[in-house]
Amino acid sequence: MRDKISFIGRGQMKKVTLSKKEKKNLTRIAISLIAFITLLIVDKIIVLDRITDSNLGWLLPFSLYFAIYIIIGYDVLLKAARNIFHGQVFDENFLMAVATLGAFSLGIYTGVSGKAIEGFDEACAVLLFYQVGEFFQSYATGKSRKSIASLMDIRPDYALVRRDDGVIQKIDPSEARVGDIIVVNPGERVPLDGIIVKGETSLDTKALTGESLPREISEGERVISGCVNLTGRIEIEVTKEFYDSTVSKILELVENASQRKSKAENFITKFSRYYTPIVVCAALLIAIAPSIATGRWFDWIYRSLSFLVVSCPCALVISVPLSFFMGIGAASKYGILVKGSNYLEKLDRADTFVFDKTGTLTKGNFAVSKTIPESRREEILTIAAIAEKGSSHPIARSIISAYGKDVNDDYTIINEAGCGIVAKKDSEEIYCGNAKLMNKYNVEFKEEEEVGSIVYVAKNKEFIGSILIEDEIKEETKSVIAELAGMGVKTVMLTGDNEATAKKVASEIGLTDYKASLLPQDKVESIENMLGEKKKGDALCFVGDGINDAPALMRSDIGIAMGGVGSDAAIEASDIALMQDDLRGLPIAKKISRKTMRIVFENIIVSIAVKVLIMILSALGFASMWIAVIGDVGVAILAILNAMRVGRKL
Amino acid sequence: MKKNFKLEDLDCANCAMKMERAIAKIDGVDAVSVNFMAQRMTIEADEENFDAIMEKVVKACRKVEPDCKIIK
Repeated sequence: MRDKISFIGRGQMKKVTLSKKEKKNLTRIAISLIAFITLLIVDKIIVLDRITDSNLGWLLPFSLYFAIYIIIGYDVLLKAARNIFHGQVFDENFLMAVATLGAFSLGIYTGVSGKAIEGFDEACAVLLFYQVGEFFQSYATGKSRKSIASLMDIRPDYALVRRDDGVIQKIDPSEARVGDIIVVNPGERVPLDGIIVKGETSLDTKALTGESLPREISEGERVISGCVNLTGRIEIEVTKEFYDSTVSKILELVENASQRKSKAENFITKFSRYYTPIVVCAALLIAIAPSIATGRWFDWIYRSLSFLVVSCPCALVISVPLSFFMGIGAASKYGILVKGSNYLEKLDRADTFVFDKTGTLTKGNFAVSKTIPESRREEILTIAAIAEKGSSHPIARSIISAYGKDVNDDYTIINEAGCGIVAKKDSEEIYCGNAKLMNKYNVEFKEEEEVGSIVYVAKNKEFIGSILIEDEIKEETKSVIAELAGMGVKTVMLTGDNEATAKKVASEIGLTDYKASLLPQDKVESIENMLGEKKKGDALCFVGDGINDAPALMRSDIGIAMGGVGSDAAIEASDIALMQDDLRGLPIAKKISRKTMRIVFENIIVSIAVKVLIMILSALGFASMWIAVIGDVGVAILAILNAMRVGRKL
Repeated sequence: MKKNFKLEDLDCANCAMKMERAIAKIDGVDAVSVNFMAQRMTIEADEENFDAIMEKVVKACRKVEPDCKIIK
């Protein structure tokens, strides 16, 4: 029994067992390999064809080698025959069959014509090594699939529902309905999205966000499916059914991500379509033309058979998608969901990152830092709160929370986009907004030079005062921008803030550029302009955090959304979602992308180069079939091993 | 109509590509994507003839890789 134990992901031990089919193949290969080596040694020592002193002496080594050949290669021969009947001629099985049977034929010819036997061992070796290569490809692919699957082992198996009569029932998560109350004990995985109705605990969100610190939550707070409940027993009211739940959506995203093919993969597809027929034609040419010219048909047929051996671009065809697959899997370990191989590829060429300021570079938690003048603070806040009452804008909310008291809400509110709010009741008119609003209604106001968001407040055309609101920059912003700059990335900030505030923030963070005083629609226009200016082949990324960033996310080459736990809209509209509301995901994603693309490039170049080299050497007679097959299978194994490197620690 | 299928025993990346091309040629298939790594296939085709089209898809797949099974 060949069970292997390997460490995966979070240090859990999992057995990687071979399937029945794989075990059978491995046994076959092992037996054939041992038999072959034995036979080879015996043959070299006792030159088998000389045992009987006749013209049929070749029969002995032939039958022995052929027997091993059949054991190791019967399936190849069968598939070759079957596929021809289905109309597929340029099949790798067929080509391998032709190459090896051809070698056997040449060997028989040498035997029959009394020369020293040549070719039986090679014919056998070719198929043997070919099967080793195939097995390795299959094993490596299976192992990669399993390792990604275990990373994504966030699928819950059951849910415990508390029925009306108090009984707790174990059901399949897909059977739960919105409104059901489910119980999650410590150690169990949260099966569905919901709101805690009883209990408090800490959650391990590592599988979804890559965040290693547990999250403390209590009653009234939302939880998402896929997290592991650590300390306390909680009861959750289900808000989304299983197929709409976060864990289902994430699993679907990751599983389908490899569907969107990258340019590299498309290239390989096109390449391999032409490669095989060309190599086969070359083989025919080499077999026929020089033979006619020089008459040494034996040599030239032998050389052309080596061509057939390298005619299959299998390593290339597997290693490229495998690299992307591993790259996407590696990213998901950090809570970075890449929705397509093409985005991973593009990210490597991303040299401009455009950020939305509020909520992305900053916490978006505006807070009133002072009123001007402070002496009239109460009055200013009261009036402003009335105007801002209905608004969900962060500035509005900070004013209302600074005011702290109940707000009179029987005013008519008029929202003036980009300027502010006008609130009217009877004969009273309140103006609350920026300089544009004050000018629009001809209110003479004292313009503030303070850097930050200034909200001017006026009542009945009389200027009362202003409120200074500042937005906290996230802790990681500065270091992330520096890291990106170190990678040669331009960073641009788009904001609706005024020029002075934007300039202050931009220089504090270290941005390359910024554009201020932008209305929402201006942001998309800015992106359009930048897209027009950039070099072809470079990619422009937009990083935003919410619904109102959707147009920008979609218009840019790569839309990156700061997911934050539960931000559905962002996940939907983006090409890459950072499940953790943390900018540090950006340099990590770029590093993964760079590593993936480098490995893909290495594999393509080396695989093609080695094959061409083998072809040249074979044609010139410097390489025997041994070298051809070992070189080909060798480079295939190397390419696959290299591809699996993508998954290792950055 | 777009539908996802799981492909069991899809071992050869070359075969995956051949399958994709063969299916794309079938009448009524608007789009097809065979994902070798995830062992999945997505097919977009006319809703009305979907079952008939799927029969042709199964045949095309079996021609390329007889061991491969399509699972809904």
